[in-house]
Amino acid sequence: MPLGTRHNRKRRDNSSNGVRIRKGWCGPAVVFVSLMFCPAAVAPAQPTERAPDTMEARLRACEPCHGRQGEGTNNPYFPRLAGKPAGYLMNQLVAFRDGRRRYPPMNYLLEYQSDSFLRKIADYLAALRPPPVTQTVADVSSALLARGRSLVAEGDRAHGVPPCSGCHGPKLTGMEPGIPGLVGLRANYISAQLGAFRYGTRTAADPDCMQLVAASLSESDVTAVAAWLASLPIPANPSPVPQGTLQMPLGCGSEPQ
Amino acid sequence: MRRGAAQMHRLPSLYLFAIFAFVAGVGAAWADDPTFVAKGEYLARAGDCIACHTSPGGALFAGGRPMATPFGTIYSSNITPDKETGIGAWTADQFYGAMHTGRFPDGGLIYPVMPFGSYTKVTRDDSDAIFAYLRSVPAVHQPDRSTDLRFPYNNRQLILGWRTLFFTEGEYQPDPSKSAEWNRGAYLVEGLGHCAMCHSPINALGGTSESKAFEGGLIPMQNWYAPSLTSNKEAGLGEWTIEEIVDLLRKGVSHRGAVYGPMAEVTFNNLQYLSDADIQAMAVYLKSLGQGTPPGAEVSGIPAPESSLLLSFGQTVYDTHCASCHAKDGRGMPPDYPPLADNPSIQMESSVNPVRMVLNGGFPPGTAGNPMPYGMPPFAQTLSDDEVAAVVTYIRTAWGNRGSAVSSRQANELRTAPLD
Repeated sequence: MPLGTRHNRKRRDNSSNGVRIRKGWCGPAVVFVSLMFCPAAVAPAQPTERAPDTMEARLRACEPCHGRQGEGTNNPYFPRLAGKPAGYLMNQLVAFRDGRRRYPPMNYLLEYQSDSFLRKIADYLAALRPPPVTQTVADVSSALLARGRSLVAEGDRAHGVPPCSGCHGPKLTGMEPGIPGLVGLRANYISAQLGAFRYGTRTAADPDCMQLVAASLSESDVTAVAAWLASLPIPANPSPVPQGTLQMPLGCGSEPQ
Repeated sequence: MRRGAAQMHRLPSLYLFAIFAFVAGVGAAWADDPTFVAKGEYLARAGDCIACHTSPGGALFAGGRPMATPFGTIYSSNITPDKETGIGAWTADQFYGAMHTGRFPDGGLIYPVMPFGSYTKVTRDDSDAIFAYLRSVPAVHQPDRSTDLRFPYNNRQLILGWRTLFFTEGEYQPDPSKSAEWNRGAYLVEGLGHCAMCHSPINALGGTSESKAFEGGLIPMQNWYAPSLTSNKEAGLGEWTIEEIVDLLRKGVSHRGAVYGPMAEVTFNNLQYLSDADIQAMAVYLKSLGQGTPPGAEVSGIPAPESSLLLSFGQTVYDTHCASCHAKDGRGMPPDYPPLADNPSIQMESSVNPVRMVLNGGFPPGTAGNPMPYGMPPFAQTLSDDEVAAVVTYIRTAWGNRGSAVSSRQANELRTAPLD
């Protein structure tokens, strides 16, 4: 059996460490007594069990905010991650690690991780297809919703705003490898991200297309787009369209063209 | 050339070239020797120069990283070989002077945020190797930022007083009664590793007295507690095996616990790259520091009825949120999910670290020895101050652990601790 297999490790742990008695005078013959009178003198036995060798077991850290399967949680500020394109997720993980996207709890968690681990995390999350969480209907006027719908599908040529669907796909499920889907996100998250692009706390590789788009949107446009996107159900096939499917209206550093 | 000659004895293959270089008036041929430069790179790792002298996302060694101190902010300096803004115009003598005496080439005083109190122990040869390496990295033209220190700390002459109190100049002197391995470990820990910068109490003057070296302390501004390396009750490693210490330092995880907070950075940037022999030597030395200090009983500041309520509430929180990884009996699934029972890091007098781990979670660093670490969730969103206090009180006192109770006020205060 090769070294380092689970069985091997188990056996080694079992054989080398039973209940160990630390202090000489608390001898093994008086384990019960020592438990009563010198509790700190008894080191716990080495467990034989290792954590499951899975990404899920490694990524418990992500659960409280993003859900166990990356499906999202009730907190509207935290996005669904499952099924987003791996390239997009990798770009975000690296941007958080390197501080190009500022959000201290994420920056802190990823600060000392390697590219190869981040790549594994991105691939893992991209492949997940958990059922959608319940969408909440945004409390906005029908006029604003209509404005959102029009911006998403057609853009606003007069103000230099391209349609979201031009890059994010006709069903808004994103495009491989670098453009995220926009469905399954809550309005608070979307408007917070548009604000972050605009004010530079979220940046991407040059040319930073979303910085340009967000800068062309008015405050009420942001509310309208966020409300409309959040109202859309996740389509039956939530997968991003393949690379090169869409003729993008503007250059983006995150998407090879 | 005296030092150059000394180096050449060890590198005979370069001897002829060096003589040629000397004759040709180039001088300091040793500085270009790739072996010597590689040695310098290794030693720069051991000294973790990169952590302070490279700002996040900035050019290697070009400085500019803000270092928050209780006295104001100091920005690290450019140590690339740029002649105007870096150390390109320095000589090896001047570089050694900075490392050894804490003075710039013009005699000016270096702020003690640069750990020259530790680097003074570095040998001349090692200093020359680091200098040779730094001369080999790309030169970056980036002027140093001036400090944002408050009055009166913006007066550099105050450093003279600090030096009188806290600085002792001198290279490491081996202890002949100890093994060569122990001495190598001591040299690395006390010198380049500058471990005492965090693992010693910092007094109100921003200094550390030598008598308290390695006794642990709260790291100013960062709000992490750097545990004592001398007390087995904290991170004293007297009761750990050498293998466990080596694993902790180099992989970032061990069967006894994991590195986190600022120590994760040290393992990530520095310790994971050290040689087997050097890590082993550091482990031998660290283990020797932790001997002969048996744990004392902890006295809690919280009244008994209140802390027993906290305990039973804490157990409920633990069973709900923690036990699936750390196990009901606190043994965890090491080294993946660290044990909490008999883990000194949980029981230290300061409860800052366990409270922050519960609030902020964290991953051990991704290292060559542990490339895909298991992460702990942040519970700041999920748990109230009362729940945090209760669960930390529980893990500090259950399973024979001997820490003290934690109040919800303490938990609340750490919610705003900086994460960077």
